[in-house]
Amino acid sequence: MRKNDRKVKSMSDRKKTLGLIAPSRRELLRYGAAGVTAGLAAPYVNRAWAQTTEINMLAWYGHGESDIVGAFEEANNVKFVPKYYAGGDNMLALIAQSPPGTYDVILSDAEFVQQLNLAGYIEPLDEADYPFDDMLHEDFAKFPGHWDGDTLFSMMVRFGHLGVSYNTTALSAEEAQSYACFWNDAVKGKVGHFDWHLPTLGMISLYNGNGAGLWDLDDARWDAVQETTLSLRPQVGGYFDYGGTFNSLKNGEMLAMCGIGDWITGVLEKDGAPVASVIPTEGGIQWTESYCIGKGSAKADLVKTFIQYMMSPEGQVKSAQMAAYPGHCITKAGRAMLNDVDPGESARTGQIDGLPNDPIVLIDEGRIHYRDIPVQQSLEDWNDFWSEYKNA
Amino acid sequence: MSDGAKGSTVYAMTFRLPLLVWSALFFLGPLLFMAAMSFFLVKNYRMTEAFETVNWARMLSRGYFWDSWRYTLGMAAAGAAAASLIAFPAAWTLAFRAGATQRRWAISLLIIPFFTSYLVRVFAWFVILAEAGPINAVIGGLGAGPVTMLNTPFGTLVGYLTLTLPLVVILQTLALSGVDRDQIAAARNLGCPPGRLLTAVVLPAAKTGLVIAALICFILSFGDFVSPYYLGGSTPPTLPILIIDTTKSGQQWPRAAVVALMMMATLITIAFAAVTYAYAKRGTRA
Repeated sequence: MRKNDRKVKSMSDRKKTLGLIAPSRRELLRYGAAGVTAGLAAPYVNRAWAQTTEINMLAWYGHGESDIVGAFEEANNVKFVPKYYAGGDNMLALIAQSPPGTYDVILSDAEFVQQLNLAGYIEPLDEADYPFDDMLHEDFAKFPGHWDGDTLFSMMVRFGHLGVSYNTTALSAEEAQSYACFWNDAVKGKVGHFDWHLPTLGMISLYNGNGAGLWDLDDARWDAVQETTLSLRPQVGGYFDYGGTFNSLKNGEMLAMCGIGDWITGVLEKDGAPVASVIPTEGGIQWTESYCIGKGSAKADLVKTFIQYMMSPEGQVKSAQMAAYPGHCITKAGRAMLNDVDPGESARTGQIDGLPNDPIVLIDEGRIHYRDIPVQQSLEDWNDFWSEYKNA
Repeated sequence: MSDGAKGSTVYAMTFRLPLLVWSALFFLGPLLFMAAMSFFLVKNYRMTEAFETVNWARMLSRGYFWDSWRYTLGMAAAGAAAASLIAFPAAWTLAFRAGATQRRWAISLLIIPFFTSYLVRVFAWFVILAEAGPINAVIGGLGAGPVTMLNTPFGTLVGYLTLTLPLVVILQTLALSGVDRDQIAAARNLGCPPGRLLTAVVLPAAKTGLVIAALICFILSFGDFVSPYYLGGSTPPTLPILIIDTTKSGQQWPRAAVVALMMMATLITIAFAAVTYAYAKRGTRA
């Protein structure tokens, strides 16, 4: 009993002490919180008065950064809120899991536009809004999967080519002319992979001689692609995400990289790294990015203005000079402006009429194949094999 | 008397209840949901509720799952063994040789690494282990190399040790500090050689703490994603990387749940075995 009494007493004592401290602490907190709130809110007050409209963007990394959208934001009093993804499966999943209208503007890989449309995730566009009479290549006007009959669903905005990306101190330009260089002893244990099945397996399919039928593989050819890929495994030093791909090429950990192209090496080259990308004799793969308006977006008109801006010469130049990764212009006016303002980048990427490595010439020569999804297998089959390959 | 007991139960429960609620909310709840999710199906990139065993059948029949499982198990075991061996001399010195002040300083220094994010520390290794990094510069100066350390199992191991070594040193120091000094003195007086002193007196007396330290190292390494991904270059991938790969492609959360549950089953089995071993024949000691 006595013991309990003591406990009660000491507890009440403690309470008293707390009671004395509490008001002053509460006051302190109150004033502190008010001060902090006022301080933090100050920079936003102006913006709130100007009623900035937010545009939700779903895109590959870099498209919502200020080097691309900054000028448009300022001119139109909007603010882009980007959500970045890596890979078409990832993009589809993010849309599928969000309520309709979540994303106002969607930057999609071209081969996934058709799936976006089939699932009803995107709004139709009016072809009259965009410069279809100014395309550098006729394919760009009627890009596969972007039209449903005569209705436009997505506007192609940029593209780039994937081939052999290598360290110029390890492989010669002649050796890089074939995917066979990935099996070269000089790069043993130093071949990296961009960790996505689609571009790499496409390249191996080209190396196996499947040419234009690279995505349309019957069982025998699919088996052969898997076999060839597995034979590359002893050469492989790692599988990398976007950042890891940059790092390992830059610091020389990897001397050749499968599954990428100038979109990575171009940025490193500008930094002075001894890396390059070429389209080998077996052919290269084209990645294509297109803008869509999200179904149910309340800001469709603003997004239309934005896509028009990205199709304008100014927007095309911004895309070609994008800090995260460069993409070729698709309009003649865009290319002309790039030639004017950045002759160095124009020459480096071959975007000058008449150059032998002009990406448009490569397409015309039949050396470029548009990236697609597997025709006879499912994406799941390819991905399953990719997991197996990584563990082999 | 009974009033007092009741009072103390209520008093004790006020402190225990939050822990129970916390466990139920943040551990048991998600775990049960994950178990249920492993039977769901994914249609058009969207998860739909179902009760199908197809995810289990698929993942457990894949050779690459078992390859990853074996590799992860082996790497985590190697990590636990390496951490235990490297930590032991340090812990021995701190427990038996160092003064009280020295020990306090050493323990605070061992805690300081945890103030920095583990990811940041791993990225620091990225620079140090690179072929153009300082270690290879030294090796190059000696006329050898360069040695490839990044994107290898060695890189992964370095990452595991970064995560666990300070913790293992602390736990081993506590375990060794608990060894009865009189027993050590008695053994010495009776002419026990140093090697036998270690194996017959110190190790058995500190067994529980040493095994628990190795077990915690194993658990942390087994579930770590950062080291095998950034320092090991996913060659080959461990189970946490397989989980990421599975969710990334086609949003196969149910299949990832299967991998996660298999990981938990493995950990529980190993933890149970380790704890049984750690406390075996030592029931009399409090």
